[in-house]
Amino acid sequence: MITIATAVDVAALKDTTLLNMGIFGLFVAVTMVIVFRASRNNKTAADYYAAGRSFTGSQNGTAIAGDYLSAASFLGITGAIAINGYDGFMYSIGFLVAWLVALLLVAELLRNTGKFTMADVLSFRLKQRPVRIAAAISTLAVCFFYLLAQMAGAGSLISLLLGISDWGGQALVIIVVGALMILYVLIGGMKGTTWVQIIKAVLLIAGAAVMTLWVLAIYGFNLSALLGAAVDTANNPAVLNPGLQYGKTETSKLDFMSLGLALVLGTAALPHVLMRFYTVPTAKEARKSVVWSIWLIGLFYLFTLVLGYGAAALVGADTIKSAPGGVNAAAPLLAFHLGGPLLLGFISAVAFATILAVVAGLTITAAASFAHDIYANVIAKGKADAATEVRVARRTVVVIGVLAILGGILANGQNVAFLVALAFAVAASANLPTIIYSLFWRRFTTQGAVWSMYGGLGAAIILIIFSPVVSGGATSMIKDAHFAIFPLSNPGIVSIPLAFFLGWLGTVLDKNREDPAKQAEMEVRSLTGVGAEKAVNH
Amino acid sequence: MGNDAQSPDAAAASVDFEQVQSTEQFQELRKRHRSFVFPMAVAFLLWYFAYVLLADYAVGFMSTKVWGNVNIGLILGLLQFVSTFAITGWYVSYSNRKLDPIASEIRNEIEGHEFDKHGNRVGGANK
Repeated sequence: MITIATAVDVAALKDTTLLNMGIFGLFVAVTMVIVFRASRNNKTAADYYAAGRSFTGSQNGTAIAGDYLSAASFLGITGAIAINGYDGFMYSIGFLVAWLVALLLVAELLRNTGKFTMADVLSFRLKQRPVRIAAAISTLAVCFFYLLAQMAGAGSLISLLLGISDWGGQALVIIVVGALMILYVLIGGMKGTTWVQIIKAVLLIAGAAVMTLWVLAIYGFNLSALLGAAVDTANNPAVLNPGLQYGKTETSKLDFMSLGLALVLGTAALPHVLMRFYTVPTAKEARKSVVWSIWLIGLFYLFTLVLGYGAAALVGADTIKSAPGGVNAAAPLLAFHLGGPLLLGFISAVAFATILAVVAGLTITAAASFAHDIYANVIAKGKADAATEVRVARRTVVVIGVLAILGGILANGQNVAFLVALAFAVAASANLPTIIYSLFWRRFTTQGAVWSMYGGLGAAIILIIFSPVVSGGATSMIKDAHFAIFPLSNPGIVSIPLAFFLGWLGTVLDKNREDPAKQAEMEVRSLTGVGAEKAVNH
Repeated sequence: MGNDAQSPDAAAASVDFEQVQSTEQFQELRKRHRSFVFPMAVAFLLWYFAYVLLADYAVGFMSTKVWGNVNIGLILGLLQFVSTFAITGWYVSYSNRKLDPIASEIRNEIEGHEFDKHGNRVGGANK
């Protein structure tokens, strides 16, 4: 390997473009074959939305890890640790601890009470129409922000990995990514999507494991020596301490609290994560899924700690910052430094696969929510048959795919990290209070649910609009305008407690009582699994 | 054989869930579930926010070196991983021992009752 001893030559990266494309093409070809094979049994709505409930807990857990470890986790966190040291590490802790909310409070109860979407659970014992519409709107909002971030992220990744830096070339890549994603979801449904996520998770974790061992081997498997080398290269001992990024001012400290709250409470309310729990046959398998994903995700974040400090030590923050792709370039540059063009090609292909798998998961969630909640239950008032519903879902996939491509092209080059944070904040504010209340609070009513969902969604979006991410700062979307009256970048610390409060207030002020028989049914079902749909037998 | 999505609902409609809810057995299941998940959720959230507050407002303490370049902040951060894994394992073993047996007992009772009443088994495997 020619490059091991020398510093990373960023210009040389472009020479590996063909190799990157070849490895990525191989991934697409292999997954396409699998998606085609998996789709042959797709007949019913349960097949299309929930993969016939035929995945095992370990398969689904791997797919959840594949869904969750987006490009933002892999490239973003590695880069954040390489540049900001300890503060980047704190991100990964929030992302991991959040899974305990899903494990303890949500996953199994949700699997036992719902069929296809989050709205199934939220509207179980409340009035169908208003609750379903609200839940579908917040599902679509979360999926849209998340999808936009991934598509725009694809654009900026391209500039580094494929050496395409002009706007037209990046737009073309976004179109290709979008078209591939539409094809996967259209043909494969949830089953095909799940397989793409499983394959991608295995490749990503294996690739990260190899790089982690490699970095550790360089420092004689001594963590302290690795940290010391990171300090030496950065010439700043503070990279090992908290506060480099968030400790600057009182506002930034508060902002970190807000982000932490949104991360920890948002994960268990992300609709595309919730929908994955319907792909397993029983609540026990849902529990197993979460256990698997906690181990895989935890392990992966431990790898990113080594990779981040490894990139800081071996590549150096200055080289990373000046590379095309900026912070996101840390992991690919480290791969290039360690294993030359071949490892870079592999890691780049995995990063692409990551985007593809995550957008596929988001798209099928959004399509299911529209077809099942809005079309079948609200527009057709429950009279649509399953075949029509699936047909509507497939059409929705195409519409969402086209919107994602257009949005991705428009948002390309924008500050996109806030879109992911916003998705978490919206999920935690709009969805989590209603999920928790309807599962655990007997007295909870429709009015409480509607107030909490619209209040949480509205508060999160309005606060973001008036925050520094949209206007008034150097990295804002609109740099020249100044209407940032809310000082924090993340709205969670205000909007999440507000949504919990509104859910309580709406309920105590509600003169109507909900049907106690439905509450009894939901509670018995959620804890025992009575009447839950089992696997589809083909 | 594709399963009609409506069948479990139709089956469940004939069960008196309020009666099931009021049984001692179900109340015990509910108590066991809540007495584990609520305190545990509160505990891990407090521990996580204590960690975030320390990282935010006690930088000096977190930067104290313990072993080589490894400081208290890194150790506490890694302990968050350990506690997450430990709570996961603890919950799984608690569910297997205390929740699953009683839950499947109640489920079998209800579904067995359905079998007698309609002459065919319900809850997924029906034709």
